[in-house]
Formats: sequence, C-alpha cells, structure tokens
Amino acid sequence: MKAVQQIGIAIFLIGFGIFISLPFLGNFKLDQKSFEELMVYQGINSEIFIKDLQAAIVDKDFSGITPLSSIVASVTEKANAIHTENKEWNKKVYASDDGLATSIRKESGYGFIPENKVLMWFLTFGLGILGSLMFILPQVITLGRKGIKNNGIYHQSSTNRGWIAWLVFIFLVSFYLVLYFQSEYAVNWTYLVDPISKNLSGNLASHWFVYGFMYCTVMSVMAVRMYVKYRYNKYQVLRTTSVLFFQIVFAFLIPEVMVRLQLSYSKGYDFKNAFPLDYDFFFSWNLTELIDSGGLGLFILIWGILLTVVVVPVMVYFFGKRWYCSWVCGCGGLAETLGDPYRQHSSTSLFSWKVERWLVHGVLVFAVVMTGFTLYGFFTEANVVLGIEVQSIMNTYSFFIGAIFAGVIGTGFYPIFGNRVWCRFGCPLAAYLGFVQRFKSRFRITTNGAQCISCGNCTTYCEMGIDVRAYAQKGENIVRSSCVGCGICSAVCPRGVLKLENGPEDGRINPTEILLGNDVDLIELLNKRRQS
Amino acid sequence: MEHIVIIGNGIAGVTAARHIRKNSDKRITIISGESDYFFARTALMYVYMGHMKFEHTQPYENWFWKKNRIELKTAWVEKISGATKTIFFTSGESMSFDKLILATGSLPNNFGWPGQQLDGVQGLYHKQDLEKLEQNAPDHKVCKRAVIVGGGLIGIEMAEMLHSRHIPVTFLVREDSFWNGVLPAGESALVNEEIMANGIDLRLNTNLEEIIDDGNGRCKAIKIKETGELIACDVVGLTAGVTPNVSFLKESGIELGRGVQVNRLLETSVKDIYAIGDCAEQREAIGRRRPIESVWYTGRMMGETIAQTICGNPMEYNPGHWFNSAKFMDIEYQTYGWVSGRNKPDFEEQFHWRHPKEMICVTIAYHKDTDEFLGINTFGIRMRHEIFDRWLTEGRKVDEVMTYLKDANFDPEFYKPFENAIVKHYNQQRGKQIQPVKKSWKRIFA
Repeated sequence: MKAVQQIGIAIFLIGFGIFISLPFLGNFKLDQKSFEELMVYQGINSEIFIKDLQAAIVDKDFSGITPLSSIVASVTEKANAIHTENKEWNKKVYASDDGLATSIRKESGYGFIPENKVLMWFLTFGLGILGSLMFILPQVITLGRKGIKNNGIYHQSSTNRGWIAWLVFIFLVSFYLVLYFQSEYAVNWTYLVDPISKNLSGNLASHWFVYGFMYCTVMSVMAVRMYVKYRYNKYQVLRTTSVLFFQIVFAFLIPEVMVRLQLSYSKGYDFKNAFPLDYDFFFSWNLTELIDSGGLGLFILIWGILLTVVVVPVMVYFFGKRWYCSWVCGCGGLAETLGDPYRQHSSTSLFSWKVERWLVHGVLVFAVVMTGFTLYGFFTEANVVLGIEVQSIMNTYSFFIGAIFAGVIGTGFYPIFGNRVWCRFGCPLAAYLGFVQRFKSRFRITTNGAQCISCGNCTTYCEMGIDVRAYAQKGENIVRSSCVGCGICSAVCPRGVLKLENGPEDGRINPTEILLGNDVDLIELLNKRRQS
Repeated sequence: MEHIVIIGNGIAGVTAARHIRKNSDKRITIISGESDYFFARTALMYVYMGHMKFEHTQPYENWFWKKNRIELKTAWVEKISGATKTIFFTSGESMSFDKLILATGSLPNNFGWPGQQLDGVQGLYHKQDLEKLEQNAPDHKVCKRAVIVGGGLIGIEMAEMLHSRHIPVTFLVREDSFWNGVLPAGESALVNEEIMANGIDLRLNTNLEEIIDDGNGRCKAIKIKETGELIACDVVGLTAGVTPNVSFLKESGIELGRGVQVNRLLETSVKDIYAIGDCAEQREAIGRRRPIESVWYTGRMMGETIAQTICGNPMEYNPGHWFNSAKFMDIEYQTYGWVSGRNKPDFEEQFHWRHPKEMICVTIAYHKDTDEFLGINTFGIRMRHEIFDRWLTEGRKVDEVMTYLKDANFDPEFYKPFENAIVKHYNQQRGKQIQPVKKSWKRIFA
C-alpha cells in the first residue's frame, strides 16, 4: 500500500512539474495574416500602433517567458501619446496590455505543446489525477477502522505549516497572480484544455476556462479524499457530493453549454451564485445586457434578485447558512475539498474574531454602497455620482476584493491561515447570511448537556475559527453568524457533545450559569438570578 | 480583601475560581507546579497523536486570567499550615490565605512493582508525563514495543496513543474482560474486540510480576506473574488507576483518608480549608456514587458548588443524575444513570442490544420489580443528556423509554437510526408490543 502511495506521489509530482514548467516553455510566432485579423478583431484603429507592433512581433520567434505584454505596453504608450497630442481620440488604444499579449500568444503558439494537446493533457492533468488517486485511494485501508483519523496532522510538514505547506502557498499565490494579472503566461495551459472546451462550448479555451476546469478537477480529486477520510460520516459524504455537483454542473457546465447554445453573456452565468458574492450582477453593463436580450436575460435578472432577496434568507431561516456555504457555494466547495487538510490553521483567538467582524462587514458595506452607486448611475445614466466616477469604484472592488482578496489571499493562503480566509474575512454574502443565521434562524449546534470535556478538538478543527469549546464547555448551544455548518466539530468530538440541527427558535440561544448534572436547586437558583 | 487561594489549576480549581469571580471581588490566586495555564488533561492524548498542539488544550487564552483578575502562581507546594493559614512552597517562599481550596487532583497508582522506578516506566496523567512519553516513545524505531499495565480508561487511551505512532502494544489487564467492574459483560466484550481489532496484544487475566532492568537503569522487559513469560519492551505504561494527590498534606492537621476527607459542604476538618475534585473524599458516599470521584464532570460540579459556599451562599455538594462518557479507540461511550458492571445489585435487570456487524450496542438497566428506568449505556450511538436526565428525574418506566427512544438520539444528521432494531429486540426479549414514536421537537424541548 505504502509503495503504491509513494509511486502515486512520484507520478503526481511529474505531472505537476510539467504543468508548472509550461509557462516557461513553448514557441510563439505570429504571421502577418493572423496579426491583421487580430487587429480587426480587437478593434484597433491606430495605424501607428499597428505599424509598430507589426515591426516588433510579426514573424518573430518568442519563447514562453519573453514578456509580450511589456512590448505591447510600450507600443501602446507611444501610439497613445501621439494620438493624444493630435487629439485623435477615436484612435487611442484601450485594449489591456496583458489581454492583448494573451490573445497574441494564443494565436501564435506552435511546436510540441499546441500540436499534442491531448498528450500534454495526459502528461499534466492526467498524471496529476492518477498520482493523486494512487495516493488517496489506499487510505481506505491504511486509515484503519471507522472513526476520525487526524493522527499526525501536527507532525507533518504539509499540514503543520512546514516547508511543503509554504511551497504549496507559493504555488497557489503565483498561480492566482498569473491568472488575474499575467494571463499571457497561462496560454500554454489553455492548449491542454482546448479539446475539452471545443466539445463543450465550441470555442478554444481561455485562461478562465483553464481555471474553471482545474477548479472542478481539483475539487473532484479532493472530494475523493473527503469520501475516504469521512466515509463513515454520512453528513460529510452528502455535503461533499452536493458541493461537487453544484460546482461542476452550475458553475462549470451550464455556462459553457449556454455559450454553445448562443445564450452567452459577457458574464458566464452561474445560476447559484448570489449577489453580493456575485458582485458585478448589478453593474450597468450586465443589467443592460440582460434587459436587452429578452426572455432568458429577464429570467436571469429576476432569478438573481429573487435568489438574494427571498431564496437565500428563507433557506437560511430553515437550515442555517450551511445550505449555501458548505452545500452549494463554489468558494466553499473548494475550501471543503482542497482546503480540508488545512482547516486547523484558522485562528480561533478573540483578536481574529474582532478583525473578522470589521473586515467582513466592511466588505459587505463596500459591496452594497458600490451597488447603490452603479444602480443610481444605471437609472440616471450618470457616470459620476456624488463626485465619484462609478467605474472607479467598480474597478477598485474588482481588483481588491474580487481578485486579491477572494483569489490570491482567499485560496493562496489556505496552507498558512486555513481554508476559509475569504469566507470568514471577506465574503459579503457570508456576512449577509450571517445576520439571518444569527438573528432569525432555526439552525444551531446543540451542546449535549454537560458532556463537554474541554478537549479542544472542535475549536482546533473549526475552519471558521469559532471557539466552539468556549460555548460547549458552558453547556451553551453554538449560534454564531459565521458558522458554515460543515459539521466537522461534531465529527471530531470524542464525547458526542455537538449536533448540528434545525429546531424551534425558542431556547436556541441558551446561556446558563451552571451545567446540567449538578444540584437541580443550584441550577434553578442561578438561572433565576441570571434572568432577574 | 479576602484572599482565596486554590491549589491546582485543573478543571475543579479553575471552575471554582471562575465562579468565585462571577460572584465576588475577592482576591483569587491559583497555584500550580504542573503548568502555567489551565489545560484539558483529557486532551493530552491528542497532542501525542498529532491531532492538536499543546496550546489547543488550553480552554482560555492567556490574557483571560489577568482580565478576570485571577492571579496565577507557578510553584510546587511543600506543605500547608492550617493554624497560621500559610502555604509553604518548595522554593522556600510562602503565601498566606484567608480561605484555601485544595484541588490537587490525582497521582497514578503504583503497587510497588519491582523495577517501577526504571527509566522508560511511566504513567500518563501530568503534562510532564506527555513530555516523557514523547522522549520514551517518539516512534516505533526508538520504542519497539510498549507494555501497558492496567485495564482502565487511561490504559486504553495510552494504547491508542502508542498505536497511532505504529508502536506495537501489549496490554495487561488484571480482570477477565476489559473494565468489567464498570461495564456490563456484553459491552466489555465489545471493547475487548475493538482493542484486538486494532492489532493490540490484549492479555486478560494477566498481572505484572516485575519490570526488568537492562543494566543501565532502563527497562528492557517485563515479566508476567501467571506464566513467567518475559516480554521485551522499551516503555512500560503504568495505568492501574489513580489515587488522590494528598501526601503533602500529611502534617497539615487536615484529616485524610485516601483523599482529603470532606463533608457535603466540601469542608475539610480544618476551618476555611476546602477540598474539591479528584483529591476530595466524601465521608459518606452520595447515593450510588463512590466517595472519591475522579471524573472531569464531578470536578467541575464541585467547583461550581464550592464557589457558592465561598461567596456566602453555603451550598451542599448535591450532584444530580450520574452521567459520564469516554472513547474506547474509535468507539464513543456515553452513560446516563446507573448501569452496573460485574457487581450488579439484585434489583437491577438489563436489556442489551448489539448491532449484528458494527461496533454498536446499547444496555438499558431497569428495576426488576417496578420496571423503573435506571440508566443507559450506549456504544457508537450518541444520546441526548437533557432527555435522559429528565426521564431519570421523572422516574420513567423502561417501556416509555423504549417508546420515545427516538427523542433521545443525538447522532449527526443523516446517520442511520437504530431505534427500530433496538425496540424490536426489546419486544422479542420481554414479549412486548412497543411501537417507537417519531421524534418530536415539542417533547425534546418540553
């Protein structure tokens, strides 16, 4: 078994090694014809720009790491300076450097990688999946008998912030930086999934398709790990199946199929993604597009509003925010699969809780205010509201919250700060659901009388950094806005103290002075004194 | 301001301190030599097993004590003078008190086995024992085999710990079945099976004769009394129960039995000195409880109670229905009320159900004449404390317990329920026609 696992690790590392070396490899050469088509497609009117760029890149060989975007940037700068001086506003170039560089690369790649897409897929994704499964599946036997298997978590480099964890951290952060800000280096990755993308949407893959496909792949493989690790816990098995289903079908397949059916919008539409997590839903370009496209667009618009205003709070009332955060949400889905080995790193200190409340509610306020601005701008057709350019607010949010917080920090920091950094400190939807869960919901984690022995397993493994023990050892139920109802506290409890349940609102929050099992007169006396 | 000094920062002492603070402004000092801050002793095993770090076993952050004006003193107490109300530390310092609460816990038993002082021989109780075990048995290369002596809760925990690091374990149990003084036969048998299924070499009816020196003051083997067999080992775990940690009180004038003798107000024989938790011994047993209760929960309850007395509201220690829990390797165990082991009283009848395949079973005790429900043990099923506490108070009949058993289930959502199978078995055994009733929130929160 151990040998199989070790071979698995080796195979995984080979696949992973090839994958991370791809941005540094490959050849790119753009011919005249493709160049002209690209300029037309990108709507470039500047003959200066076209002439200079043509001189700089056409029929020239570029390697994987030559920064094309900086060439584009300098050409753009020069052209725009001249156009500005001549007041030729319609000729100015607004295409993003990185976007244009990415398109150039995508058009111009040649050689082994784009010519052997399927083989390359097997050498990267294929080996990665195979190796991971060879490591994970033997755990059905090696983990031993039914029960919680957390042995050695704090002895291993990968799960105890050791060097492996730091390498994973560096990879994840770099990956997100490339994805969001240097996508020209992701072009070789797009070739690997071109055949899949072609089959789904009919188009070649973009770097966002790579991300989507990889997201689903990682979640699926790590879901297998969840199934093995928690195979005796039906709650975990069902929950994992649910997040996997919603990710693959709603976040990945449906938007792609919609493109194939020519029902696409600028935004790939994910029907489960609720505002304000889906922060650009009320951006004017999206509203315009939805309204102008008739039937389906209007349906999406109405569904999106209903989801946030009615479906989400009603469901939270009945089941707690877990129905969304740990059963449906894509961010939650990744956190619960890829992130599960890191859940013990979420800080449980009171200080973190204070930071959390300021940050997450701050982001919610930011999202709501921004949406107010965009809606006002949309209805009044104003670009400037209260002296602030609406576009600049949207850009700020997209950059700091959408990309840096949710992506780079939210996922990149898994191995160091735990798997729910984004959900806990940044997600505005989580903050909104949290209000409902805290003040109007049937959900709670019931503490079983006085059975707690303060061991701390629940607190250690709470991915939201809730000090579960602080409540349990006082015999109090846990009713916290941040709880995503993953159920792991209940699973790791050695004494059967915690149970997630939906019950009557009465007595849901039950502070007590003295725990059950002591003198009944004393309990009554002190509880009376407390109430008076 | 009155100075309340508490010796011992375990659950009993810390609970007392917290509740005294809630109810008064008295000056509070907690003394411990073992650790600077309160930690959950029951969680030490998880540190060795790599589930947690030591800091995770500390229920309160370090700022908590200052914020609540609870002074902490790290020192070992050498002796106490009740007459002058003074504590003398081994360091030579001293401290005076107005009221003293003894919450010094226990020490591992040893029965004078030859070789028990050798290196590699240890108990598992204090933080220092954990550190020692980390040295003695870091992995299965340094510790090729460990022998554990004593078939109780600490023994099986230690077996689980060593097993988690793939160290072969031989487990010597004096009784003919694990913990059968407490557990009914069927449950005890189930735990035997669980131990063996984990690959642990369980030896029932087996006593330790001696521990053998390797010539350098380190253990190299043990000898079994019954057979004379030698078992080579690098670590010997002595886990034959615990005894109150009171030897430093011998010359204090405080009346001692096995523990510190206390009355129902938890007062010792010396005025203004009290004892709670593992170290306290009731002069007369309360109900069916033992005079010395070395259980987390009773330590906590005594802490809650003594705080009232100290704060001018004299309160007898008058615990409610017995409850307890443990985990045997991978099987969770809960108990509510009284279910007897080997020495079952005449009036007690037991109903036992065991799952045909899995390690799950239930034993329910009832009065053979009145059918009154006396208690329940569950293995592999979680039960609701509140419900059983209420049913015991109300003196429910065993048939009613069976009828409403679904209300009491506390397993996580979507878990397979076993109540129908349990009740069916009960009906067959006792010739009854009970139909289990669907779970009702109304009844649960009545």
